[in-house]
Amino acid sequence: MKKRFTAGGLIAALVGLTPAWAWAAGGKASDLVVVADTRALHGVNLYLATLYNQNMWVFAVWAVVLTTVLGVLLGLIMDVVMNRIGLDLGKSAGHVEH
Amino acid sequence: MDWLYMHMPIAGVDIFWPGLLLIGYAVGVIGGFFGMGGAWMVTPGLNILGFPMAFAIGTDIAHIAGKSMISTMRHSKFGNVDYKLGFIMLIGTMAGIELGAQIVMILERQGSIGSVVRWVYVGFLALIALMVFYDYFKAVRSKTKSDDPSHTGATGGVNWAPAMHKINIPPMMHFKVAGIHCSMWLPVMVSFITGVLAGFLGIGGGLLRMPALVYFIGAPTHVAVGTDLFEVMISGLYGAFTYSLKGRIELVAVFVMLCGAAVGAQIGTVATKYAKGYGIRLMFGCAVLACMVSIILKQFNVTALATVIILGAITAICVYIMSIMFRGAANELREKRLNGSTGGAS
Repeated sequence: MKKRFTAGGLIAALVGLTPAWAWAAGGKASDLVVVADTRALHGVNLYLATLYNQNMWVFAVWAVVLTTVLGVLLGLIMDVVMNRIGLDLGKSAGHVEH
Repeated sequence: MDWLYMHMPIAGVDIFWPGLLLIGYAVGVIGGFFGMGGAWMVTPGLNILGFPMAFAIGTDIAHIAGKSMISTMRHSKFGNVDYKLGFIMLIGTMAGIELGAQIVMILERQGSIGSVVRWVYVGFLALIALMVFYDYFKAVRSKTKSDDPSHTGATGGVNWAPAMHKINIPPMMHFKVAGIHCSMWLPVMVSFITGVLAGFLGIGGGLLRMPALVYFIGAPTHVAVGTDLFEVMISGLYGAFTYSLKGRIELVAVFVMLCGAAVGAQIGTVATKYAKGYGIRLMFGCAVLACMVSIILKQFNVTALATVIILGAITAICVYIMSIMFRGAANELREKRLNGSTGGAS
């Protein structure tokens, strides 16, 4: 029991101290400032670059939303394609480790 | 041949888009099979295509999120995703990734980021490769000694999970799909540590989390792959958000790579159906080794050879996984046809 408490204490100390060590290593670093050149852009490219230049928060939200939507959409399309091949793509009966 | 080049609106460079598709495809195959994001493979590929390094990590992570989503959907249908375990691990992963990213920013300010990241990475990759190969050879020896034909070998290799499961800090939880019962703090701690490393190294974390799920938490290999992809997906989306805020993402490249990854992820994921758990682990060990060698070479400025090794490893592993998938699928379809014709005859 004592060993368990010692191990638990060590883990807790590690978790508690790791952020402190990390922060002690230096002050806050400045973010990268890049401005997209929108002069020769049009359509979606212009929209994305303008958003990037004007509002990074909205751009970040769009990045997550668009990646999710495209991922789900492509997953569903590929699902239909794979089902047409005729393979059994349901739950596996049990996997063999060796 | 201008149509083969696509303008990246934020980075301001023209990129050979079939190359992006190919990278997405290859990483989709490998990631779907091993349950990892594959950022280590994407970066040198993007470099070769002329992508600025400042955008490589963020673009990697966003692409990984979308690709993992596609693979998770497929693995979920196979019953390989333990969502309860995945959600519990998210707590540690989120906190860990944020801390890791902050460490990167601090080191960047000091100008020592490249060298530190590489050596930490090499150390962990060496440990993982050692563990995976030791486990494999121990399991093979154990299986050879056993006369029991039904012996699966699951307990023949490295198995630290039972010792970890003895940590009984409440609340204790049961994870049905993974078939394990342990303290909630075990997956939280494991995911926190792997999360810190993932954020620090700028990777999805699958390279570290998949073996951690197998060796420390005790999940079966296939469930570890599926659950890890779920984790990679969520942490990737979170990473995409934070890196977007820092201005380090090229969304157009992400979308193009995702189109290739959609096809590759299906092949890699379905290939797990025809592969044995220890086969996946052994190949995973080889991938880790290739990654480690390339990073060491980069550290000594042998960048060209490092790139050749990474791309060679990607090609070899990708072809191997594709051969597993196509052979397995062909056998299954042949059996189905035979059964159909036998059924029809009788």
